[in-house]
Amino acid sequence: MKKSFKGRAWTFGDNVDTDQIIPAEFLVTMDNSALAKHAFEKAEPEFSRKVARGDIVVAGRNFGCGSSREHAPRALMGAGVSCVVAQSFARIFFRNSINIGLPVVEAKISASRGDEISVDLEAGVVKNLSTGQTSRFQSYPPFVMMLIEKGGLVPYTQEVLGCRR
Amino acid sequence: MGKTIAEKIISAKADKQVTAGEIVEAEVDYVMVNDITGPAAFDEFEKLCTPILNKKVVLIPDHYVPNKDVASAVQAKKMRDFARRHKVRNYFEVGRGGVCHQVMIERGFVAPGRLIVGADSHTCSYGALGAFATGIGSTEAATVFARGALWFKVPESMRFIVDGKLGKFVSGKDIILTIIGDIGVEGARYSSMEVEGSSISALPISDRISISNMGIEAGAKACIVPPDKKVDEYLAGRVQGRYRHVTADKDATYAAVRQYDGRELVPMVAKPFLPSNVAPASEVNVEIDQAYLGSCTNGRIEDLRIAAKIVKGKKIHDGVRMLVVPATKEIFDVAMKEGLLKIFSDAGAYISGPTCGACLGGYMGVLAPGERCVSSTNRNFVGRMGDKSSEVYLASPAVVAASALRGRITDPSEVVR
Repeated sequence: MKKSFKGRAWTFGDNVDTDQIIPAEFLVTMDNSALAKHAFEKAEPEFSRKVARGDIVVAGRNFGCGSSREHAPRALMGAGVSCVVAQSFARIFFRNSINIGLPVVEAKISASRGDEISVDLEAGVVKNLSTGQTSRFQSYPPFVMMLIEKGGLVPYTQEVLGCRR
Repeated sequence: MGKTIAEKIISAKADKQVTAGEIVEAEVDYVMVNDITGPAAFDEFEKLCTPILNKKVVLIPDHYVPNKDVASAVQAKKMRDFARRHKVRNYFEVGRGGVCHQVMIERGFVAPGRLIVGADSHTCSYGALGAFATGIGSTEAATVFARGALWFKVPESMRFIVDGKLGKFVSGKDIILTIIGDIGVEGARYSSMEVEGSSISALPISDRISISNMGIEAGAKACIVPPDKKVDEYLAGRVQGRYRHVTADKDATYAAVRQYDGRELVPMVAKPFLPSNVAPASEVNVEIDQAYLGSCTNGRIEDLRIAAKIVKGKKIHDGVRMLVVPATKEIFDVAMKEGLLKIFSDAGAYISGPTCGACLGGYMGVLAPGERCVSSTNRNFVGRMGDKSSEVYLASPAVVAASALRGRITDPSEVVR
């Protein structure tokens, strides 16, 4: 997994639930790019048309609350989102993201849509390059960092099971 | 130092003494996936070079079955084929199972002291029987199929004590809505809730399941009711394997303790668009288009009995469609035998077999723009049951039934004297 990112901000408020990220009626595929077509369809109808590879989602508290659907982080990955920065995350969304390799960072940063944002996972720094604001965040616990370094839970499990020669 | 229920169960399953904050790998008793979360798990599992631990795996199609369209039919078929290929015997076909969480409980997979994960956020329902159970994603479910273990951060615990005799129409749903209204939708984020007290002890298992089911709506990782004799009575003749009760130590450490007077609680409604946006049913005077009775939160036989008693011999309001969806085949059969389905049908309600369909805006009861539904389900997010301008009001079965008769959100005591 890459460890630093730069991209344009898409901003959201508190309690963005998984129904907003990917409405349930589209949970009939696991194809990331097919899911991406409906990402934020009800909450931010322009998102799927205008999102660009590398863009960063910036949100408030409790991002990804609601369902356990892995389709939510997958839809964002499919849309090309490089990283999600939120003040806090709902726990299943957080786990899912780490396990499938979507970087998620708990940090508070003010941003307007389109601001240039940079994230450095190792340094634990988020910057709004458009406003100059900098915010620091706690680095992941060692086990979680190890999962990220190995590329997620599947590569880790393959290693534990001795799948690779 | 004493331990909470969560710390004790995870310690036992990790085979080492753990406390809140630690990350450990722990042995899982059962892993469940449904027809929406299963297909991704099946794809990921094929990347792992090991036979499936098929005795631990439970496959339950429920969200979009009977198939709502070709795409969902393909997903359901994928589950059926996976079960056959890997000889997973715990597969519950349409017409023989029902809503996954209720099936897990009815079929005895859930018992005190167990560690259970499910690729569905409402897996926390099993805490009602004293298990540590939590929702996970598809990819991690696949790794549990292969290893029978998963990583967990041991959560801090919060204690909720509810004491006193509850009013006539006050149910488990009203207790959990009151708690969520009090602490907010992330009030228990990452935490394990322990809910107890004389009000809880007096509740049947069914109401306790409603409480644990909605722990996730406060952000909780688990929502556990300390097990008692009622749990043993419920499990007699159902439970798979053996189990033992796990309770908290007297000197366990809690991040917070909150107390409620059960005598003061009233039937509650969570208004759009968060489960924390609660108000007494008697104060929410809005007209409704649909009344939904069902789901893992409140689709049990006890729920149907309460609602049937209220609608018996009466007619559903002209402007309202009432949908009654027993959560499982077992519940459907008992409801049929007890004459409850006839009571609902005579009142003008629509009855269907088990499915999650309408609860998540999938099918079988989707709302048009601007429509309002009073629902015994667990989420009222924007567009949850249909168009983004539609609205969901969460309530108990008694409030759903009373509201269906009056055509507006109604406290049951207005209808039954």
